[in-house]
Amino acid sequence: MKAKHVVPGLLIAAAMGAAALSGGQKQTAPPAGAQVRVEKYQAAKGAQTEDDGGRVFAQNCSRCHATPEGFSPRITGTIVRHMRVRANLSEHDEQVLLKYLNQ
Amino acid sequence: MVAAVMFLVCGGPRARAQDTPLLSGGVAFLTTTNGGNTSYLPLIEPLAAVPLGQRVMIESRAILQEDFSPSGAGYQHSHFAGLTYLQGDYVATPHLTVVGGSFILPFGTYNERLSPVWINNFQDGPLIVGLGLLSTGTGVGGELRGSAIRTEKYSIDYTGWFSARSGNEYFNSERSFGGRSSLYLPEQRLEMGLSYDRSLQGTQENFYGAHVWWEPKDEGFRLRSEYARGHHAQGYWIEADYRTSAFGGLDSWVGRLEPLFRINQSFRRDTIVSDSLPLVNTERADFGLDYNLPHNTRILTSYSRQFASTKDVNIWETGIVYRFLFPAWKGRVK
Repeated sequence: MKAKHVVPGLLIAAAMGAAALSGGQKQTAPPAGAQVRVEKYQAAKGAQTEDDGGRVFAQNCSRCHATPEGFSPRITGTIVRHMRVRANLSEHDEQVLLKYLNQ
Repeated sequence: MVAAVMFLVCGGPRARAQDTPLLSGGVAFLTTTNGGNTSYLPLIEPLAAVPLGQRVMIESRAILQEDFSPSGAGYQHSHFAGLTYLQGDYVATPHLTVVGGSFILPFGTYNERLSPVWINNFQDGPLIVGLGLLSTGTGVGGELRGSAIRTEKYSIDYTGWFSARSGNEYFNSERSFGGRSSLYLPEQRLEMGLSYDRSLQGTQENFYGAHVWWEPKDEGFRLRSEYARGHHAQGYWIEADYRTSAFGGLDSWVGRLEPLFRINQSFRRDTIVSDSLPLVNTERADFGLDYNLPHNTRILTSYSRQFASTKDVNIWETGIVYRFLFPAWKGRVK
Protein backbone atom coordinates (compact mmCIF):
# COMPACT_ATOMS: atom_id res chain seq x y z
CA MET A 1 0.00 0.00 0.00
CA LYS A 2 2.74 2.40 0.99
CA ALA A 3 4.97 1.36 -1.92
CA LYS A 4 2.11 2.13 -4.26
CA HIS A 5 2.13 5.69 -3.01
CA VAL A 6 5.88 6.08 -2.82
CA VAL A 7 6.47 5.58 -6.57
CA PRO A 8 4.07 8.25 -7.80
CA GLY A 9 5.23 10.44 -4.93
CA LEU A 10 8.84 10.15 -6.11
CA LEU A 11 7.71 10.84 -9.66
CA ILE A 12 5.98 13.99 -8.54
CA ALA A 13 8.94 15.05 -6.44
CA ALA A 14 11.26 14.40 -9.38
CA ALA A 15 8.96 16.31 -11.71
CA MET A 16 8.72 19.22 -9.29
CA GLY A 17 12.46 19.16 -8.71
CA ALA A 18 13.09 19.14 -12.42
CA ALA A 19 10.65 22.00 -12.90
CA ALA A 20 12.32 24.00 -10.12
CA LEU A 21 15.78 23.39 -11.54
CA SER A 22 14.75 24.30 -15.01
CA GLY A 23 12.92 27.32 -13.66
CA GLY A 24 16.15 28.47 -12.04
CA GLN A 25 17.88 28.51 -15.38
CA LYS A 26 15.16 29.94 -17.54
CA GLN A 27 11.43 30.60 -17.14
CA THR A 28 9.75 27.79 -19.04
CA ALA A 29 6.67 25.65 -18.31
CA PRO A 30 7.27 22.15 -16.95
CA PRO A 31 7.27 19.39 -19.54
CA ALA A 32 3.72 18.66 -20.68
CA GLY A 33 4.09 14.93 -19.94
CA ALA A 34 5.08 15.54 -16.29
CA GLN A 35 2.23 17.99 -15.79
CA VAL A 36 -0.27 15.48 -17.15
CA ARG A 37 1.12 12.79 -14.86
CA VAL A 38 0.82 15.10 -11.85
CA GLU A 39 -2.78 16.00 -12.67
CA LYS A 40 -3.71 12.38 -13.28
CA TYR A 41 -2.11 11.33 -10.01
CA GLN A 42 -3.83 14.06 -8.03
CA ALA A 43 -7.20 13.23 -9.59
CA ALA A 44 -6.72 9.53 -8.92
CA LYS A 45 -5.61 10.21 -5.33
CA GLY A 46 -8.64 12.42 -4.69
CA ALA A 47 -11.03 9.87 -6.15
CA GLN A 48 -9.37 7.07 -4.20
CA THR A 49 -9.70 8.99 -0.92
CA GLU A 50 -13.35 9.70 -1.63
CA ASP A 51 -14.03 6.09 -2.61
CA ASP A 52 -12.13 4.70 0.38
CA GLY A 53 -13.80 7.15 2.74
CA GLY A 54 -17.25 6.38 1.42
CA ARG A 55 -16.56 2.68 1.69
CA VAL A 56 -15.22 2.97 5.24
CA PHE A 57 -18.22 5.09 6.21
CA ALA A 58 -20.68 2.60 4.69
CA GLN A 59 -18.93 -0.38 6.23
CA ASN A 60 -18.52 1.01 9.73
CA CYS A 61 -20.70 4.00 10.56
CA SER A 62 -23.83 2.98 8.64
CA ARG A 63 -23.92 -0.36 10.40
CA CYS A 64 -25.31 1.38 13.48
CA HIS A 65 -26.74 4.76 12.53
CA ALA A 66 -27.87 7.06 9.76
CA THR A 67 -25.60 9.79 8.49
CA PRO A 68 -25.98 12.93 10.60
CA GLU A 69 -26.75 15.96 8.45
CA GLY A 70 -24.90 19.23 8.33
CA PHE A 71 -22.35 19.06 11.13
CA SER A 72 -19.57 21.58 11.47
CA PRO A 73 -16.14 20.84 9.95
CA ARG A 74 -14.65 21.99 13.27
CA ILE A 75 -15.68 18.72 14.93
CA THR A 76 -14.83 16.14 12.28
CA GLY A 77 -11.64 15.13 14.09
CA THR A 78 -13.50 14.75 17.37
CA ILE A 79 -16.26 12.68 15.74
CA VAL A 80 -13.79 10.37 14.09
CA ARG A 81 -11.74 9.84 17.23
CA HIS A 82 -14.89 9.19 19.24
CA MET A 83 -15.96 6.61 16.69
CA ARG A 84 -12.49 5.10 16.56
CA VAL A 85 -12.92 4.16 20.21
CA ARG A 86 -16.60 3.23 20.10
CA ALA A 87 -16.45 1.25 16.85
CA ASN A 88 -12.89 -0.06 17.27
CA LEU A 89 -11.84 1.50 13.98
CA SER A 90 -8.32 0.86 12.76
CA GLU A 91 -5.89 3.76 12.47
CA HIS A 92 -6.09 3.53 8.68
CA ASP A 93 -9.88 3.72 8.69
CA GLU A 94 -9.76 6.68 11.08
CA GLN A 95 -7.46 8.63 8.78
CA VAL A 96 -9.41 7.78 5.62
CA LEU A 97 -12.68 8.67 7.31
CA LEU A 98 -11.28 11.98 8.51
CA LYS A 99 -10.21 12.90 4.98
CA TYR A 100 -13.61 11.85 3.67
CA LEU A 101 -15.50 13.97 6.19
CA ASN A 102 -13.26 16.95 5.55
CA GLN A 103 -13.87 16.93 1.80
CA MET B 1 -3.70 22.32 36.92
CA VAL B 2 -6.90 23.94 35.69
CA ALA B 3 -4.89 26.20 33.42
CA ALA B 4 -3.04 23.20 32.02
CA VAL B 5 -6.29 21.34 31.35
CA MET B 6 -7.83 24.41 29.71
CA PHE B 7 -4.72 24.78 27.59
CA LEU B 8 -5.09 21.21 26.41
CA VAL B 9 -8.86 21.49 25.93
CA CYS B 10 -8.46 24.68 23.95
CA GLY B 11 -6.10 22.98 21.61
CA GLY B 12 -2.54 23.11 22.75
CA PRO B 13 0.22 23.62 20.25
CA ARG B 14 -0.59 20.61 18.07
CA ALA B 15 -4.38 20.77 18.03
CA ARG B 16 -6.15 20.74 14.69
CA ALA B 17 -9.07 22.96 13.77
CA GLN B 18 -11.40 19.97 13.46
CA ASP B 19 -10.71 18.82 17.03
CA THR B 20 -13.13 21.17 18.75
CA PRO B 21 -15.05 19.49 21.59
CA LEU B 22 -18.52 18.45 20.56
CA LEU B 23 -21.96 18.16 22.03
CA SER B 24 -24.22 15.53 20.57
CA GLY B 25 -27.19 13.48 21.63
CA GLY B 26 -30.90 13.16 21.23
CA VAL B 27 -34.06 14.87 22.43
CA ALA B 28 -37.16 12.72 22.36
CA PHE B 29 -40.79 12.66 23.25
CA LEU B 30 -42.00 9.08 23.51
CA THR B 31 -45.37 7.55 24.28
CA THR B 32 -46.16 3.96 25.12
CA THR B 33 -49.57 2.33 25.43
CA ASN B 34 -49.14 -1.01 27.18
CA GLY B 35 -52.24 -3.04 27.98
CA GLY B 36 -54.37 0.09 27.58
CA ASN B 37 -52.27 2.37 29.79
CA THR B 38 -50.46 5.24 28.12
CA SER B 39 -47.22 6.67 29.48
CA TYR B 40 -45.40 9.77 28.29
CA LEU B 41 -41.64 10.05 28.39
CA PRO B 42 -39.86 13.27 27.41
CA LEU B 43 -36.11 12.84 27.65
CA ILE B 44 -32.78 14.24 26.62
CA GLU B 45 -29.58 12.27 26.21
CA PRO B 46 -26.62 14.64 25.77
CA LEU B 47 -23.18 13.35 24.87
CA ALA B 48 -19.96 15.32 25.19
CA ALA B 49 -16.60 14.43 23.68
CA VAL B 50 -13.54 16.51 24.52
CA PRO B 51 -10.21 15.70 22.84
CA LEU B 52 -7.10 16.54 24.85
CA GLY B 53 -4.15 16.68 22.50
CA GLN B 54 -3.71 14.02 19.86
CA ARG B 55 -4.25 10.84 21.87
CA VAL B 56 -6.58 11.50 24.76
CA MET B 57 -10.31 12.05 24.83
CA ILE B 58 -12.82 12.50 27.63
CA GLU B 59 -16.37 11.48 26.76
CA SER B 60 -19.59 11.19 28.65
CA ARG B 61 -23.28 10.62 28.11
CA ALA B 62 -26.09 11.55 30.46
CA ILE B 63 -29.82 11.10 30.54
CA LEU B 64 -32.54 13.34 31.92
CA GLN B 65 -36.09 12.12 31.70
CA GLU B 66 -39.54 12.70 33.08
CA ASP B 67 -41.97 9.80 33.21
CA PHE B 68 -45.71 10.44 33.30
CA SER B 69 -47.57 7.17 33.85
CA PRO B 70 -51.19 6.45 34.78
CA SER B 71 -51.96 5.98 38.46
CA GLY B 72 -55.53 5.56 39.68
CA ALA B 73 -57.61 8.37 38.26
CA GLY B 74 -54.65 10.52 37.22
CA TYR B 75 -51.00 10.37 36.36
CA GLN B 76 -47.97 9.99 38.55
CA HIS B 77 -44.77 11.74 37.68
CA SER B 78 -41.21 10.65 38.23
CA HIS B 79 -37.91 12.22 37.35
CA PHE B 80 -34.56 10.68 36.60
CA ALA B 81 -31.19 12.23 35.84
CA GLY B 82 -27.89 10.41 35.71
CA LEU B 83 -24.67 9.80 33.87
CA THR B 84 -24.73 6.82 31.55
CA TYR B 85 -20.95 6.79 31.37
CA LEU B 86 -17.92 9.01 31.89
CA GLN B 87 -14.66 7.72 30.53
CA GLY B 88 -11.21 8.74 29.42
CA ASP B 89 -9.71 7.23 26.26
CA TYR B 90 -6.02 6.98 25.50
CA VAL B 91 -5.03 5.86 22.02
CA ALA B 92 -1.83 4.04 23.01
CA THR B 93 -0.93 2.33 19.74
CA PRO B 94 -2.62 1.78 16.36
CA HIS B 95 -4.08 -1.43 17.82
CA LEU B 96 -4.75 -0.49 21.42
CA THR B 97 -6.90 2.08 23.16
CA VAL B 98 -6.93 2.20 26.94
CA VAL B 99 -10.20 3.29 28.53
CA GLY B 100 -10.62 4.21 32.18
CA GLY B 101 -13.55 5.41 34.25
CA SER B 102 -17.19 4.49 34.06
CA PHE B 103 -17.77 2.75 30.73
CA ILE B 104 -20.65 1.02 28.95
CA LEU B 105 -20.32 -2.75 29.21
CA PRO B 106 -19.49 -4.09 25.77
CA PHE B 107 -21.58 -7.24 26.03
CA GLY B 108 -23.32 -8.11 22.76
CA THR B 109 -24.21 -5.17 20.59
CA TYR B 110 -27.32 -3.51 21.92
CA ASN B 111 -25.97 -1.86 25.06
CA GLU B 112 -22.98 -0.16 23.52
CA ARG B 113 -24.05 0.45 19.95
CA LEU B 114 -27.82 0.67 19.71
CA SER B 115 -29.06 1.94 23.05
CA PRO B 116 -28.73 5.72 22.40
CA VAL B 117 -32.18 7.15 21.74
CA TRP B 118 -31.06 8.74 18.46
CA ILE B 119 -29.81 5.39 17.11
CA ASN B 120 -32.32 2.78 18.24
CA ASN B 121 -34.97 1.92 15.67
CA PHE B 122 -37.47 0.99 18.39
CA GLN B 123 -38.15 2.80 21.63
CA ASP B 124 -37.69 -0.35 23.67
CA GLY B 125 -34.70 -2.60 23.90
CA PRO B 126 -35.04 -6.30 23.17
CA LEU B 127 -36.42 -8.65 25.83
CA ILE B 128 -32.97 -10.07 26.61
CA VAL B 129 -31.26 -6.70 26.93
CA GLY B 130 -30.55 -7.28 30.64
CA LEU B 131 -28.52 -10.46 30.11
CA GLY B 132 -24.81 -9.89 30.61
CA LEU B 133 -25.23 -6.28 31.71
CA LEU B 134 -24.77 -7.05 35.41
CA SER B 135 -27.62 -4.88 36.73
CA THR B 136 -26.32 -1.49 35.65
CA GLY B 137 -24.95 -1.93 32.13
CA THR B 138 -21.81 -0.05 33.11
CA GLY B 139 -18.50 -0.89 34.69
CA VAL B 140 -16.13 1.20 36.76
CA GLY B 141 -12.56 0.31 35.99
CA GLY B 142 -10.60 -0.20 32.81
CA GLU B 143 -11.03 -1.42 29.31
CA LEU B 144 -8.56 -2.40 26.59
CA ARG B 145 -9.92 -2.29 23.08
CA GLY B 146 -9.02 -1.76 19.47
CA SER B 147 -8.64 -3.17 16.02
CA ALA B 148 -6.47 -6.30 16.23
CA ILE B 149 -6.24 -6.99 12.51
CA ARG B 150 -7.49 -5.05 9.55
CA THR B 151 -7.08 -6.19 5.95
CA GLU B 152 -9.08 -5.66 2.78
CA LYS B 153 -10.72 -9.06 3.28
CA TYR B 154 -11.49 -9.06 6.99
CA SER B 155 -10.98 -7.28 10.26
CA ILE B 156 -11.02 -8.41 13.88
CA ASP B 157 -11.65 -6.15 16.83
CA TYR B 158 -11.54 -6.86 20.53
CA THR B 159 -12.53 -5.46 23.91
CA GLY B 160 -11.46 -6.73 27.33
CA TRP B 161 -12.46 -5.10 30.59
CA PHE B 162 -12.44 -5.30 34.35
CA SER B 163 -14.83 -3.53 36.67
CA ALA B 164 -14.59 -2.94 40.39
CA ARG B 165 -17.57 -2.97 42.71
CA SER B 166 -18.94 0.51 43.15
CA GLY B 167 -21.88 1.63 45.22
CA ASN B 168 -21.58 5.25 44.18
CA GLU B 169 -24.93 6.81 43.36
CA TYR B 170 -23.85 7.88 39.88
CA PHE B 171 -21.33 5.16 39.08
CA ASN B 172 -22.85 1.94 40.28
CA SER B 173 -21.25 -1.29 39.11
CA GLU B 174 -20.53 -4.91 40.00
CA ARG B 175 -17.11 -6.44 40.41
CA SER B 176 -16.78 -8.30 37.13
CA PHE B 177 -14.76 -8.86 34.00
CA GLY B 178 -15.44 -9.77 30.40
CA GLY B 179 -14.68 -9.26 26.77
CA ARG B 180 -15.98 -9.29 23.25
CA SER B 181 -14.45 -9.99 19.87
CA SER B 182 -15.92 -9.53 16.41
CA LEU B 183 -14.96 -10.63 12.93
CA TYR B 184 -16.07 -8.39 10.08
CA LEU B 185 -16.03 -9.37 6.41
CA PRO B 186 -16.31 -6.11 4.45
CA GLU B 187 -17.05 -7.65 1.05
CA GLN B 188 -19.95 -9.62 2.45
CA ARG B 189 -20.82 -6.87 4.93
CA LEU B 190 -21.11 -9.56 7.55
CA GLU B 191 -20.18 -9.21 11.23
CA MET B 192 -20.00 -12.04 13.72
CA GLY B 193 -18.98 -11.75 17.33
CA LEU B 194 -18.80 -13.45 20.70
CA SER B 195 -19.14 -11.92 24.16
CA TYR B 196 -18.46 -13.17 27.63
CA ASP B 197 -18.60 -11.72 31.09
CA ARG B 198 -18.58 -12.94 34.67
CA SER B 199 -19.87 -11.42 37.84
CA LEU B 200 -17.31 -11.74 40.63
CA GLN B 201 -19.45 -10.77 43.59
CA GLY B 202 -22.19 -12.61 45.44
CA THR B 203 -23.30 -15.61 43.41
CA GLN B 204 -20.76 -15.62 40.63
CA GLU B 205 -22.36 -16.10 37.25
CA ASN B 206 -21.18 -16.39 33.65
CA PHE B 207 -22.92 -14.80 30.69
CA TYR B 208 -22.33 -15.74 27.07
CA GLY B 209 -23.39 -13.85 23.98
CA ALA B 210 -23.17 -14.09 20.21
CA HIS B 211 -24.20 -11.69 17.50
CA VAL B 212 -24.52 -11.69 13.72
CA TRP B 213 -25.15 -8.56 11.70
CA TRP B 214 -25.55 -8.45 7.94
CA GLU B 215 -25.96 -5.36 5.79
CA PRO B 216 -25.85 -6.27 2.08
CA LYS B 217 -24.09 -3.63 0.00
CA ASP B 218 -26.30 -0.93 -1.57
CA GLU B 219 -29.50 -2.73 -0.62
CA GLY B 220 -30.79 -0.51 2.18
CA PHE B 221 -31.45 -3.64 4.19
CA ARG B 222 -30.01 -4.46 7.61
CA LEU B 223 -30.32 -7.62 9.62
CA ARG B 224 -29.14 -7.67 13.21
CA SER B 225 -29.38 -10.53 15.63
CA GLU B 226 -28.12 -11.46 19.04
CA TYR B 227 -28.25 -14.42 21.39
CA ALA B 228 -27.41 -14.34 25.09
CA ARG B 229 -27.35 -16.95 27.81
CA GLY B 230 -27.04 -16.58 31.56
CA HIS B 231 -27.36 -18.93 34.51
CA HIS B 232 -31.08 -18.45 34.84
CA ALA B 233 -32.35 -17.29 31.48
CA GLN B 234 -31.51 -17.10 27.81
CA GLY B 235 -32.97 -15.66 24.64
CA TYR B 236 -32.45 -14.00 21.30
CA TRP B 237 -33.66 -11.21 19.06
CA ILE B 238 -33.56 -10.70 15.31
CA GLU B 239 -34.25 -7.29 13.80
CA ALA B 240 -34.60 -6.29 10.17
CA ASP B 241 -35.02 -2.84 8.69
CA TYR B 242 -35.21 -1.57 5.15
CA ARG B 243 -35.07 1.70 3.25
CA THR B 244 -35.55 1.84 -0.48
CA SER B 245 -33.84 4.22 -2.88
CA ALA B 246 -35.89 2.95 -5.84
CA PHE B 247 -38.36 5.86 -5.81
CA GLY B 248 -36.25 8.98 -6.06
CA GLY B 249 -33.51 8.03 -3.59
CA LEU B 250 -33.33 7.90 0.19
CA ASP B 251 -34.39 11.54 0.48
CA SER B 252 -37.70 11.07 -1.32
CA TRP B 253 -40.77 10.67 0.86
CA VAL B 254 -40.83 6.95 0.09
CA GLY B 255 -37.10 6.59 0.74
CA ARG B 256 -37.52 8.15 4.16
CA LEU B 257 -39.89 5.39 5.25
CA GLU B 258 -38.22 2.62 7.22
CA PRO B 259 -40.26 -0.51 7.92
CA LEU B 260 -38.93 -2.63 10.78
CA PHE B 261 -39.50 -6.00 12.26
CA ARG B 262 -38.05 -7.60 15.38
CA ILE B 263 -38.74 -10.97 16.90
CA ASN B 264 -37.74 -11.63 20.53
CA GLN B 265 -37.88 -14.72 22.66
CA SER B 266 -36.75 -15.18 26.23
CA PHE B 267 -36.64 -18.45 28.12
CA ARG B 268 -36.29 -18.92 31.84
CA ARG B 269 -34.01 -21.74 32.85
CA ASP B 270 -35.17 -21.55 36.45
CA THR B 271 -37.14 -19.23 38.67
CA ILE B 272 -34.14 -17.49 40.25
CA VAL B 273 -34.08 -13.93 39.03
CA SER B 274 -30.71 -12.27 38.57
CA ASP B 275 -31.56 -10.34 35.44
CA SER B 276 -34.33 -8.14 34.08
CA LEU B 277 -35.92 -10.79 31.87
CA PRO B 278 -39.60 -11.70 32.20
CA LEU B 279 -40.40 -14.22 34.92
CA VAL B 280 -41.96 -16.63 32.42
CA ASN B 281 -41.08 -17.65 28.88
CA THR B 282 -42.07 -14.77 26.63
CA GLU B 283 -42.30 -14.14 22.91
CA ARG B 284 -42.69 -10.73 21.38
CA ALA B 285 -43.06 -9.54 17.80
CA ASP B 286 -42.40 -5.85 17.08
CA PHE B 287 -43.66 -4.28 13.86
CA GLY B 288 -42.37 -0.77 13.30
CA LEU B 289 -42.53 2.01 10.77
CA ASP B 290 -40.07 4.86 11.21
CA TYR B 291 -39.97 8.02 9.15
CA ASN B 292 -36.64 9.78 8.70
CA LEU B 293 -37.43 13.48 8.45
CA PRO B 294 -34.84 16.02 7.28
CA HIS B 295 -32.61 17.73 9.85
CA ASN B 296 -31.79 14.61 11.87
CA THR B 297 -35.31 14.00 13.07
CA ARG B 298 -37.09 10.64 13.17
CA ILE B 299 -40.60 9.58 13.92
CA LEU B 300 -40.74 6.15 15.53
CA THR B 301 -43.92 4.09 15.54
CA SER B 302 -44.42 0.47 16.42
CA TYR B 303 -46.95 -2.12 17.39
CA SER B 304 -45.89 -5.11 19.45
CA ARG B 305 -47.71 -8.24 20.48
CA GLN B 306 -46.26 -9.97 23.50
CA PHE B 307 -47.18 -13.54 24.37
CA ALA B 308 -46.63 -15.05 27.81
CA SER B 309 -48.38 -17.64 29.95
CA THR B 310 -49.30 -14.90 32.43
CA LYS B 311 -50.86 -12.48 29.95
CA ASP B 312 -50.78 -11.48 26.30
CA VAL B 313 -50.52 -7.75 25.73
CA ASN B 314 -50.52 -5.23 22.91
CA ILE B 315 -47.96 -2.44 23.04
CA TRP B 316 -48.29 0.66 20.90
CA GLU B 317 -45.44 3.14 20.77
CA THR B 318 -44.98 6.45 19.02
CA GLY B 319 -42.30 9.05 19.42
CA ILE B 320 -40.25 11.74 17.81
CA VAL B 321 -36.48 11.99 18.19
CA TYR B 322 -34.18 14.83 17.21
CA ARG B 323 -30.46 14.21 17.03
CA PHE B 324 -28.15 17.17 17.58
CA LEU B 325 -24.45 17.43 16.85
CA PHE B 326 -22.48 20.67 17.07
CA PRO B 327 -19.23 22.14 18.41
CA ALA B 328 -19.20 22.85 22.13
CA TRP B 329 -17.87 26.30 21.39
CA LYS B 330 -16.81 28.35 18.45
CA GLY B 331 -13.23 27.10 18.37
CA ARG B 332 -10.58 28.17 15.96
CA VAL B 333 -10.98 28.11 12.22
CA LYS B 334 -7.97 27.50 10.03
